[in-house]
Amino acid sequence: MLSVRDVLQKAEKAKKRKAAIGSDIDIDEFIKEDKKEHETVDSIQDVPKKVKDTLLKVGVDTSEEERAGSFLQMDQSNIYSSSISDSIELMNLEIALDKYNWLDQYMWNVVSPDGDKYTAQTALREQEEGTKSGYFIRSKPGTKEVFPMQACMFIGDETVMQTAHNIIIAEENSELHVITGCATGDDIASALHVGVSEFYLKPGSKITFTMVHNWAEQVEVRPRTGITIDDNGTFINNYILTSPVKTIQSYPTAYCSGKNSKAIFQSIQSGQKDSIIDVGSRVYLNGENSAAEVISRAVSHDESKIYSRGHLAGTVPEVKGHLECHGLVLSDDSLIYAVPELEASAANLEMSHEAAVGKIDEDEIYYLTSRGLTEEEASSMIVRGFLSMDITELPPELANETKKMTDMSLEGM
Amino acid sequence: MLLEITDLAVEVNGRRVLKDIDLTIKEGETHVLLGPNGSGKSTLFMSILGFPKYKIVNGSILFKGEDITRLTTTERVKRGIGVSFQNPPAIKGVNLKDLLKVESGQDPKEENLTSEMEELSKKLKFNEDFLERDVNLGFSGGEVKRSEILQLLAQKPDFTMFDEPDSGVDIENVELLAEEINVLLDKNKKPGQRQRSGLLITHLGYILNFVGADMAHVLMDGKIACSGNPDEILEDIRKEGFKGCVECARCVTKS
Repeated sequence: MLSVRDVLQKAEKAKKRKAAIGSDIDIDEFIKEDKKEHETVDSIQDVPKKVKDTLLKVGVDTSEEERAGSFLQMDQSNIYSSSISDSIELMNLEIALDKYNWLDQYMWNVVSPDGDKYTAQTALREQEEGTKSGYFIRSKPGTKEVFPMQACMFIGDETVMQTAHNIIIAEENSELHVITGCATGDDIASALHVGVSEFYLKPGSKITFTMVHNWAEQVEVRPRTGITIDDNGTFINNYILTSPVKTIQSYPTAYCSGKNSKAIFQSIQSGQKDSIIDVGSRVYLNGENSAAEVISRAVSHDESKIYSRGHLAGTVPEVKGHLECHGLVLSDDSLIYAVPELEASAANLEMSHEAAVGKIDEDEIYYLTSRGLTEEEASSMIVRGFLSMDITELPPELANETKKMTDMSLEGM
Repeated sequence: MLLEITDLAVEVNGRRVLKDIDLTIKEGETHVLLGPNGSGKSTLFMSILGFPKYKIVNGSILFKGEDITRLTTTERVKRGIGVSFQNPPAIKGVNLKDLLKVESGQDPKEENLTSEMEELSKKLKFNEDFLERDVNLGFSGGEVKRSEILQLLAQKPDFTMFDEPDSGVDIENVELLAEEINVLLDKNKKPGQRQRSGLLITHLGYILNFVGADMAHVLMDGKIACSGNPDEILEDIRKEGFKGCVECARCVTKS
């Protein structure tokens, strides 16, 4: 555990450190807004209609029907947070830190403050300015709330640098579902989002985390995510990005430390315009009998570039892991770069990968034209089919919701 | 005339695969296309359908009096041409139900199929779960054929081509398929009242026990070697194989 002084020291040293991958961003070009810039709302229904519609596109439903609660951060301000479910606590991180003195030990524990300048700047804003934006979600021991908690990071102002630090804890034998949507107001010409998320899965717990991104064309995105999974815990991450973005680079890393722990990453990416999407998933299989599955589907349109990464590291015997990356390159000016990595440092483990990048099979297009679809309709149907993978291990309530979210994202493509 | 093919020549990858094809099919008629493997039967189907790989280098195809030789597949299909494939490709993530909605002209956003399509699905032994499966992915031989016929029933074409609709299908299901093929060919109507027509490729001719044909054509080396009464021609082929047809190529009668 890092003391506040350690965090500060580390962050100070790393505040100009470039990220290991992805294009470098000049942070000084962005404005650091005050955490009180936007006023809080009494009800999530009170946000403007335009924002509501945008939220709905990323799965955040302001009617809060079939939701366990909602959290909304506008730029740097936490404008709404409310938990409907008795099983789950949800609040702004700052409030949570005041309420629970034990929460300190969960800060910067699975994401390091000196990872790069994005984590460092987030840590510095917390320590120096007292800007502790982001959410705290905790499912109580033994509870199973079927409805998801919804959280949204919204960028509403020009050239802001939004930072958020989220702590998600699933206590022993609990089940927690989170839908998180990130979006931008449609008049934003440039902005930077940095979201640090730390997940803690206690023994026997399960978290599903479904994230839909809908950024604007000039937004830079640098999420930094770490997950630690104890005995018999299961973490499922679903990620959907089908709209344009300037650049996104993220490499969430799960540590399967516990016995029988399991991590599943499923992602759907569609590159539009000149987006540069660099998204990977990394799992350390450190626990006895732990397992991981990383599945991604990517299609590149226009001049987009998609780097689809995956890294499995097995450090003890008897662990299992599989990486699967399928891509369709739909434009000559676009690129898909699949980087599957397997790292085995123990005997008797089982890890595999499967990567296939290609084009749409012409026979499939012709088959559909013979049923009356035009070539364009046929390829769009095939691409949507390719991307709409079945997301596994969700409760039925959420499976439907996730399917709806995927369909909606694909429709907007 | 529903379909009128005159002097047709087709190339695939620069190689001539069909030549001097003349074929006319009237409203309400069912014709059978016979011939050894590689003689160009499926090629003729794909040429009528207008797949880009099949280049028409000579001749013309008229459908309902309109020259469709230069039209795209989609445009031809919109005018009433349909085909059941022998080995259709599997498409991941595209389920049979969604495809049926498009084919029957239904709004794809609607949750359920039309009651007509639901009934037809049941008739062809597809349950709700099966309809949710990705089209042709892991389908058995018989399931492929039944799904092809079901899709055609959704499309309701005026002219349907069937490529080996009975191959790999057990006897019980051949009768089931034949029943629906007969619907597509207006066989339930009196001969004079039939509007819809078809062209059938069959290897063994077994399906002809259940689907009546008005005329048969034998394709040899990309040419129609002979045309005539289906029973007589089949009888000859059963006795002498396609060799007899080569000799017969001299006495080609243009229908």
